[in-house]
Amino acid sequence: MLLITCPYCGPRPEIEFAARGEAHVARCAPDATGDAIADFLYFRANTKGYLAECWRHVSGCGRFFNAVRHTVTDKFVTTYKVDDPRPDLAALVAEETAR
Amino acid sequence: MTASLRTPQGGRIDRSKPLRFTFDGVSYTGHQGDTLASALVANGVRLLGRSFKYHRPRGLVAAGTEEPNALVTVIRDAGRTTPNLPATAVELYDGLVAESQNRWPSLKWDIGALNGIGSPLFVSGFYYKTFMWPKSFWKKVYEPQIRAAAGFGKAPKAADPDRYANRFAHCDVLVVGAGPAGLAAALAAAEAGAKVILCDENAELGGSLLSDASATIEGRSGRDWSADVLMNLALKDNVTVLPRTTAFGYYQDNAVGLLERITDHMSDPASHLPRERLWQVRAKRVVICAGALERPLVFPENDRPGIMLADAARTYLNRFGALPGRRAVVFTATDSAYAAAIDLKAAGVHVAVIADLRPKASAAAEAARAAGIRVELSTVINATHGKLAVEKVQLARVSPSGAVAPTETIACDLVLHSAGFTPTVSLFSQSRGKLVFDEARGVFLPGAAHEDNASAGACNGTADLSACLNEGYAVGAAAARAVGRTTLGDKTFAAEGLAIEIGGHFGEVPHARDATRVKCFVDIQHDVTAKDIRLATREGFRSIEHVKRFTTTGMATDQGKSSNMNALAIAAGHMGLNVPQVGLTTFRRPYTPVSFGAFAGSNRGDLFDPLRKTATHDSAVALGAPFENVGLWKRAWWFPKANEDMHAAVARECKTVRETVGVFDASTLGKIEVVGPDAAEFLHRMYVNPFLKLGVGKCRYGILTRDDGFVYDDGVIGRIAPDRFHVTTTTGGAPRVLAMMEDYLQTEWPDLDVWLTSTTEQWAVVAVQGPKAREVIAPFIEGVDLSNAAFPHMSVVECTIMGVPGRLFRVSFTGELGFELNVPADYGRALWDAVHARVVEFGGCPYGTETMHVLRAEKGYIIVGQDTDGTLTPDDAGVGWAVGKTKGDFVGKAGMSRPDLTGPGRKQIVGLVASDPKVVLDEGAQITPMANPPKGTHALGHVTSAYHSSVLGKGIALAVIEGGRARMGETLYVPMPTGAIAVTVVDPVFYDKEGKRLDA
Repeated sequence: MLLITCPYCGPRPEIEFAARGEAHVARCAPDATGDAIADFLYFRANTKGYLAECWRHVSGCGRFFNAVRHTVTDKFVTTYKVDDPRPDLAALVAEETAR
Repeated sequence: MTASLRTPQGGRIDRSKPLRFTFDGVSYTGHQGDTLASALVANGVRLLGRSFKYHRPRGLVAAGTEEPNALVTVIRDAGRTTPNLPATAVELYDGLVAESQNRWPSLKWDIGALNGIGSPLFVSGFYYKTFMWPKSFWKKVYEPQIRAAAGFGKAPKAADPDRYANRFAHCDVLVVGAGPAGLAAALAAAEAGAKVILCDENAELGGSLLSDASATIEGRSGRDWSADVLMNLALKDNVTVLPRTTAFGYYQDNAVGLLERITDHMSDPASHLPRERLWQVRAKRVVICAGALERPLVFPENDRPGIMLADAARTYLNRFGALPGRRAVVFTATDSAYAAAIDLKAAGVHVAVIADLRPKASAAAEAARAAGIRVELSTVINATHGKLAVEKVQLARVSPSGAVAPTETIACDLVLHSAGFTPTVSLFSQSRGKLVFDEARGVFLPGAAHEDNASAGACNGTADLSACLNEGYAVGAAAARAVGRTTLGDKTFAAEGLAIEIGGHFGEVPHARDATRVKCFVDIQHDVTAKDIRLATREGFRSIEHVKRFTTTGMATDQGKSSNMNALAIAAGHMGLNVPQVGLTTFRRPYTPVSFGAFAGSNRGDLFDPLRKTATHDSAVALGAPFENVGLWKRAWWFPKANEDMHAAVARECKTVRETVGVFDASTLGKIEVVGPDAAEFLHRMYVNPFLKLGVGKCRYGILTRDDGFVYDDGVIGRIAPDRFHVTTTTGGAPRVLAMMEDYLQTEWPDLDVWLTSTTEQWAVVAVQGPKAREVIAPFIEGVDLSNAAFPHMSVVECTIMGVPGRLFRVSFTGELGFELNVPADYGRALWDAVHARVVEFGGCPYGTETMHVLRAEKGYIIVGQDTDGTLTPDDAGVGWAVGKTKGDFVGKAGMSRPDLTGPGRKQIVGLVASDPKVVLDEGAQITPMANPPKGTHALGHVTSAYHSSVLGKGIALAVIEGGRARMGETLYVPMPTGAIAVTVVDPVFYDKEGKRLDA
């Protein structure tokens, strides 16, 4: 029973959350064509390692937020507000390895 | 009458409390403190079961929950029957009724024993190579017979009436296991003021101290010491002690699942008690003191009743005062079994010989000889004999060259064996901790932890009693300090007790038998032998996970607790690899079986899912309406008059609505209040329709697509004020639509000043539809000009309805003049009752969801999720007109412009009529160009909705068909098992094509 730290509510059990998928995926332009649409709709990074993703605290504050999670160990390295920029993954990884 | 093999004194049982119980219909006496197993041992009952595949006679192997053989069914009544319980885990109570399993007609005379004759065919994996021919035999012969033969116990057929509780708990330190290490750890943490939970699967705490009569700790007996510690812990407010509680699963972030057994040991449990309680514990630190389990030796025919682990025999004697036999042969690879031999001899058992696999006499061997017990070195058991129990064994000597030669045969009724002890690393492994292979001793030990836990005692490879106590205390203290408590300082314990031998011998022992035929059992519950494992590696299964699944070793209810290491050693040896190279299989939760009831808790029956009822529900019940489930909602389905069936009721309701008036509960539809300066801009971006210029008091039928361009939901949207919209959704789609709106608002357009509120349950909606609708509602509406000119179709106004503030919509899902009266839900029933009475006065009637479906289908109105399935664009669904042609951006704009979504041959919504008006097509039926399509013919589409229309006097259907709109008038076919139905493609609007009746 994973604990996920909602930036607004603090650590809560995973069943209160819904995963939304990879974070920082730019919505394609309304007049986009071809691969640009397909990339936005259907293609996502399948990283084995640290991934920035978006979650929603559905059974809590209802806010969306972003997180960096290791996709093999399920360890959440950090969570941050949805407007914040993508954190420096390399620096985060270095910090984690040091710990 | 005292059981024949009960010792005159000793043991932890209460000899002043005899208990009566029956096993396979025979009555016996046991005592308070016995398990079913120990009571059967004391009564000389040795045959307890029949093995899984070969139906060989079987008896007890162990004394704890790792017992693989003696699985029984305990029966209280038809609903309280539990199969597959190890007799060692069943606490005896007065009146207990238990039965053996997997035998017919009886344990003694079991017809399944004939499987033994076929055993050369029943090697591992035989079912992958058999039961294939002739093909027809599978369904009629093989499958039924396999089903009858498979499994162990029989599941009860009556519902489980017991109640199961659930509790969440947080603590500083969770200590798993209350043997010496666990007790010391709990003591250390508790003394430091930490909040401690201590759990143990046994009813009595003390672990290995319970079967050790001679241990001393701090100047008193081990048992007295543990009683003192438990008393100390019981008196502390910061400690919760949980006996009969198994830590069955370790989950992420130090969440541990505990199962507390509350009433299973009681003769007559009080009815208010739950049977079990599931604890979901979140601990800051976990201390694992799970101990170690004795490992069997793998030798020929090592499975007969009476052949058991040495430490189990010692436990039966010292803890339960029961003798497992009278004439014993001991076979050992370590010193541990010697203590059992000595204790049993002192209790009057004749120990004929100790066969020691090792070539040199250890100090224990010398001591045994000095005590008058014969010890033979380099000696193995080469064969065992006996029909329903062991009667004699043949010994053999292993020469230095490795040759094995039989020596003598010895009569016995008890064989004790021990290959050494395996640390129990299950819980640690479940926590994703890394195991480390101890080369010197050949066992896996806890290495780097993944969660905040530490291990102590035998499970950590510590064998000596005082070392276990010291380590437990140190680890418990460290855990307390880690959570910020101040400990009392270091502590060491002066203790003397039996040191178990961790490590020892792994795999098969040498023998002089035919290795291709002899049965040396490895996984005794699944009848897996050493040669089965060698077969698996010969067949090319080199991963231990494949060996496990091909042979089923380690897959039984005991999860390989006494077989995994032996299986691993045999597989590794046969492949020429060493044990750490092959590795162990994944340890899975639960550690021991957990009842379904404990996981279900209160989520059963009426409480399994929440039930959603509208404000008018009870009125509909009073009117005799049956209900249909729409998601979690109950919706009135039809309102029968007299003895009408659904067909008659719906036919009448439809006609009444179109000719007069009907009243319908539309409360379940989703409602979202969209408010803010940017409300119009937000809806303009979310929906395909333009919204910026929708006037206040006007409504629009909105289509919602996802960014892939496919229809996702629909609903009427009314503008209440410049900055306020009343958005409706489908009943089932309400939560999805709100979630989608929040998603775009929070992650895509956070700059928009608008906020969303779910109001689905806040508004009750009474729909009045039909030519007389305006006259019916007039008295209820204050201050609104309801004339057609002043309040045209698709209008909305805030007003007073039946004296309360409400919203009046002029909308129609029936195609008739229609209104929807929205009032706060608390007034919904009163409004329904009042409107219903007036409708009836006018000759109208209430109608339900079935009629609602028929009427809308007559008008070609789609239902999202029934006529659409997530693969239709608005144009496919016939609502392409809703898409704003000059909009800059909206959700789905790019998606629906993709060439495949705008090209020819798309499935499009059309209407269908059959030549026979009485025919109603099957929803989901496929549509083909020819009447008798050959197999593999591409279907052009399928029927999405189909009804009998009483108004039109014929069956009608909606369907999606490739290029449907270009096929008007074409004849196609719906192939059915009873014959193909010819259909004509028509306009999906069957009734009032111009929509004149809407503008009445």
